Amino acid sequence: MRSTTAGAATPAVAFHSVSRSFGDVLAVREVSFEIADGEFFAMLGPSGSGKTTCLRLIAGFEQPSGGRIEIHGDDVSGTPPYARDVTTVFQDYALFPHMSVGENVEYALMIRKVAKAERRRRAGEMLELVRLAGLYDRKPAQLSGGQRQRVALARALINRPRVLLLDEPLGALDLKLREQMQLELKSLQRSVGITFVYVTHDQGEALAMSDRLAVFNHGRIEQIGSPADVYDHPASAFVAGFVGQTNLVEGYLAQRLGGFPGNYAIRPERIRIVAPDAPVEPGWACIDGTVVSTTYLGASVRVQVAVEGGELAVIEQNLDGGPTRAGRGPGAVVQLQVERRHVQALAASAG
Amino acid sequence: MNTLALPADGPLRRLSTRLIGGPRLMLFLLLAPPLAWLGIIYLGSLFALLAQSFFSIDEFSGVVVREFSFATYREFLGNPSNHDIVLRTVTMAACVTVACAVIAFPIAYYSVRFAGPRLKALIYLGVMLPLWSSYLVRVYSWKLILAREGIVNWFANALGLGGVLEAVLELPVVGGPSLSTSHLGTFIVFVYIWLPFMILPVIAALERVPASVIEASGDLGARPRETFRRVILPLAFPGIVAGSIFTFSLTLGDYIIPGIIGPSTPYLGQAVYAHQGVAGNIPMAAAFTIVPIVIMGAYLALAKRLGAFDAL
Repeated sequence: MRSTTAGAATPAVAFHSVSRSFGDVLAVREVSFEIADGEFFAMLGPSGSGKTTCLRLIAGFEQPSGGRIEIHGDDVSGTPPYARDVTTVFQDYALFPHMSVGENVEYALMIRKVAKAERRRRAGEMLELVRLAGLYDRKPAQLSGGQRQRVALARALINRPRVLLLDEPLGALDLKLREQMQLELKSLQRSVGITFVYVTHDQGEALAMSDRLAVFNHGRIEQIGSPADVYDHPASAFVAGFVGQTNLVEGYLAQRLGGFPGNYAIRPERIRIVAPDAPVEPGWACIDGTVVSTTYLGASVRVQVAVEGGELAVIEQNLDGGPTRAGRGPGAVVQLQVERRHVQALAASAG
Repeated sequence: MNTLALPADGPLRRLSTRLIGGPRLMLFLLLAPPLAWLGIIYLGSLFALLAQSFFSIDEFSGVVVREFSFATYREFLGNPSNHDIVLRTVTMAACVTVACAVIAFPIAYYSVRFAGPRLKALIYLGVMLPLWSSYLVRVYSWKLILAREGIVNWFANALGLGGVLEAVLELPVVGGPSLSTSHLGTFIVFVYIWLPFMILPVIAALERVPASVIEASGDLGARPRETFRRVILPLAFPGIVAGSIFTFSLTLGDYIIPGIIGPSTPYLGQAVYAHQGVAGNIPMAAAFTIVPIVIMGAYLALAKRLGAFDAL
């Protein structure tokens, strides 16, 4: 199936106005995007936004209702999953419960009729790669969640697929393990050099791991870009609200801070709280306000400030220690300042 | 709330405190009646019956001699026609079990993997419905269906397949004058009657196979046929074994179907029935009873090793 003429510039995965409907429900609406070879690409969105359907379309578990999907330059319409050079790591791991860990890892090789000794050697290597050496004979039921996760990875990677699809692979793990696995997955991706397509609803995970990410909403992609792009220049109110925390401003407040009427997003950590009479530097906007509440978050403190025309959230680094800085208690009169370039104009959100 | 509370120092309150404080006592009180029932009435009568097999019958008076002896077993084992009965019954039970598994699997597979919720409910209903009507009525209906003047014969003739049916009936061993008086007829009715007991555990086993596991197999390069052989069938197998416990043991012990349909050659259940009834030879009936118990004991031990009890 692989095209030999495909050059380095051929994207690993390309969607050309792909749609997928289930009955009356349009799960994916004319989505187009390209994933570069070797890229760590995250598909981020709330549940029901179409990101998992897109992943299943790449895997071949679903067929598009319209449009065209190419994998390494080949149109894969009608190609069944077993004939595609992509592998999936499932959210529930989908390990074969009746096989040992080693048999699970070897499965793809056994299907390709690789000799037993060779299979066993390569399975051993893969288990070593995911740091599970010595667990060859265990049954999946005897493993912890994190270990099963690694077995699923080893099983998916043993045949060196050109694209690895990961469907919320860390969703079932607890926070500490999840953070550790994020690092491991990222370094694994670098070392094996395989294109990773990673579905998640956790914006922190997408920002931390991906080279580029696509934000899905209602079956469409609202924005594609690097994590810094998407975070600093959200294209829509939805993206601004879904990726990180944000202040969405409109009306008077928008006019005051943005300079023009419209919709704007301001990240809470870009606003600084200063004394009411503090001078304003050129290129900065300011507004007076009254502190409504403070929330202690450990590394930072979130301050809610009432201003004319609304309320703004401010996140201050907890540099001094203690629950609140002096002069930040509820009722305190303060001035808020924000550099105008951090006041992001938004297009109206689709859907 | 207050009106429901027991008096603080009343005997009921003390009892309830003791019950809550001592889960073992609670457990004992809850389990004692059913355990007594199981132990005394069920197992007790079973052992009383088995003990009978070590008595013997006086050939002249026909009175049971209540002394320990192996005479009944010697007589049981020494009679070749008894061997035939055991062999016939076990063979029938095995054939019925295999046939039930072969027929049940596609039905269960279709209902779990492909049928929508409405069709699935219909399939369930179709499987269960016969169980809610009288066993005897269904067996006698089959006698009419399979009779020489019955619908099967009529239909075969209407299709011009009367010759095929005749040819089948002329086969040695399974054949006979008509379907309703042949071993084949007995087999068909056994399969019909016990089929639900195979379908239901297989459905249960298949429903426990996550869709993602099947997708994962295809994803890793296995064609549907290989996925079926290497993933679906092994995971459904405990369900098939669980179903086979039912079909095998029920066939082993049934004495009604072979009495109504088939060539009137006796089966184990009928032998037990005949010896304890008309013949009044309780020891021999008890000896016959031992046979299915021993066979099922071995069968269950095997089934346990195959993981059938996890699938029930």
